[in-house]
Amino acid sequence: MRLQFPLLLCLIAGVFMAVQYFVPAFLPYYNRVMDYIQIVSAFSIVLGVASVVHRHLGRMRRRGREAKRHPDWPYSLAAVAGMLGMMLAGFIGGRGQESIFQQLFNSILLPVQATMFALLAFYLASAAFRSFRTRSVDATVLLSAAVIVMIGRLDDLGRLGIPDVAHWILDGPNLVSKRAIVIGVGLGMASTALKVVLGIERSYLGSGKE
Amino acid sequence: MRGDRHGPRRARRALLTLTLLLLATAPASSALGPATNLTVRDRPLDAGEVLKVSFGRAAGDSLGHTGVARYELWRQGPGATAFDSVRSFSATQKLPTFSFDDTGLKPGRPYRYVVRTVGDDGQTAETPPSAPVAPQRQWFFTNKVNTLIATLIFVALILAYLRAARQGKKLFIRRIAGLDAIDEAVGRCTEMGRPTLYVPGISTISDVATIASLNILGQVAKKIASYQARIIVPNRDPIVYPVTQDVVKEGFLEAGYPHNYREDDVYFVTTDQFAYTAAVCGTMVREKPGANLLLGMFYAESLILAETGASVGAIQIAGTDAVTQLPFFVTACDYTIIGEELYAASAYIGREPTLLGSLKGQDVYKMICIAVIVLGVLTSTIGLLFTGEAWDGFNQLVRVRGAGG
Repeated sequence: MRLQFPLLLCLIAGVFMAVQYFVPAFLPYYNRVMDYIQIVSAFSIVLGVASVVHRHLGRMRRRGREAKRHPDWPYSLAAVAGMLGMMLAGFIGGRGQESIFQQLFNSILLPVQATMFALLAFYLASAAFRSFRTRSVDATVLLSAAVIVMIGRLDDLGRLGIPDVAHWILDGPNLVSKRAIVIGVGLGMASTALKVVLGIERSYLGSGKE
Repeated sequence: MRGDRHGPRRARRALLTLTLLLLATAPASSALGPATNLTVRDRPLDAGEVLKVSFGRAAGDSLGHTGVARYELWRQGPGATAFDSVRSFSATQKLPTFSFDDTGLKPGRPYRYVVRTVGDDGQTAETPPSAPVAPQRQWFFTNKVNTLIATLIFVALILAYLRAARQGKKLFIRRIAGLDAIDEAVGRCTEMGRPTLYVPGISTISDVATIASLNILGQVAKKIASYQARIIVPNRDPIVYPVTQDVVKEGFLEAGYPHNYREDDVYFVTTDQFAYTAAVCGTMVREKPGANLLLGMFYAESLILAETGASVGAIQIAGTDAVTQLPFFVTACDYTIIGEELYAASAYIGREPTLLGSLKGQDVYKMICIAVIVLGVLTSTIGLLFTGEAWDGFNQLVRVRGAGG
């Protein structure tokens, strides 16, 4: 029963989702189910916060015979302090434009996020350097295509026809390969969904055995 | 005396001029007419809760410059005696006609509408009530017949090959290097005494890529548990988190080493994309995992994760169905599981015959897709060659249509 019930639920939900795609009359029920997902997501945040608190408090606590803390406990302290600080700021000062919460968000969280995102530029450069090293025929083709596409972005070279070649590369070989992958992905998704709905694929339930 | 004789005539002329002047300036308000062409019809292919209402501007109204302020749409519901206001449309909108989808109606019940023209001076003019129209509920998307047939063929193929596999038929599945390497990566971790880091993507549980990743996690956790090694799973989605926790725990249980399962190693980090990325990168740098398995749906953080992983010397196997992120993984990782291979992974690793059968069915269906594409290209090309225009009939036949048709 421990396994049968979730499998039955999965079957009912899966069949409903497949049928509603072809039955207009089921659209209101589909929209309602989508609303339920949002409600479940909201409640699941509680689980997430509990996990964060449990993990980081455990790291800060002294354990074992030598009563030692986890070596990374200062990071845990920063994480818990940050979380509690933001919560307190939100509860006390609200979330208005001039509130402490908003100021903390704008002056700490946003710049930190932007910094992480900006790192991508450097990683892109190093990744491009690695992949464009002409070690094989494939890599040479890749490098040539990339150079043409990059140069093709310059309008001034229109007379030489390079932008046209760049467009051909993007709209031809590049798009064809992407579509091939997308078709495969679509079939893979449908197949996986079918296996999960029919209870053939049960790995997501752990062992999948009673 | 002379002046007195002409006095009454002058007064009459002045009165006449004044009347004419008043008549010349009056038309804007007195000419306020009702809206034109009020049409109410059922929206096709829906659940019967919507009526499409449209009407044209009142005669003489030119974008609200001729005394019309707005048009008000009023509705009389089933059983009601009065009309209720539904919506107001400003006359200054640059539209020759106004249209509106009235939603939230009861299927099969009649509704009537009137449009009230409201002038700048508050004067109103109403259209006669429309004939009662009832929204109709439809039970089948008639424009999706081709999709239904294609779906049934697909399901039939998968089920047929699953049955064949169950009956013991030998099915050849091509080698997937990335999936073969998972064994090697886990073994390497065990030899080095380092943990394996498993990132199940940053998407939600409703994403099929995440479900595929969880299926792989089940197999990987079992392998790692049997080697008595350690697995770290940081989660970005609070719903995915308890599932990964359960999957890993079950994997350890099934391998016979439940006591080796560490609750702290499967944890929720944050829902914020880059905060999660920073936390996972930090874990890579501090824990120095022997292998990083990045399997699931990834976005902009893919390259940051993969490059950080490469910098700590971990063997990296990545897999995603996000076409835009694949080049980054191909560049920065040792093995990349591309697109559909991600969905084949669980069956491939587990070597469960029934699951392998579905892969075969998928491949056969793909062949059908290729044949359909080739046929479409051929018909279009032949049409172009002989008539100067691409023959579109076949393409229309197989075109996937949405709810709107």
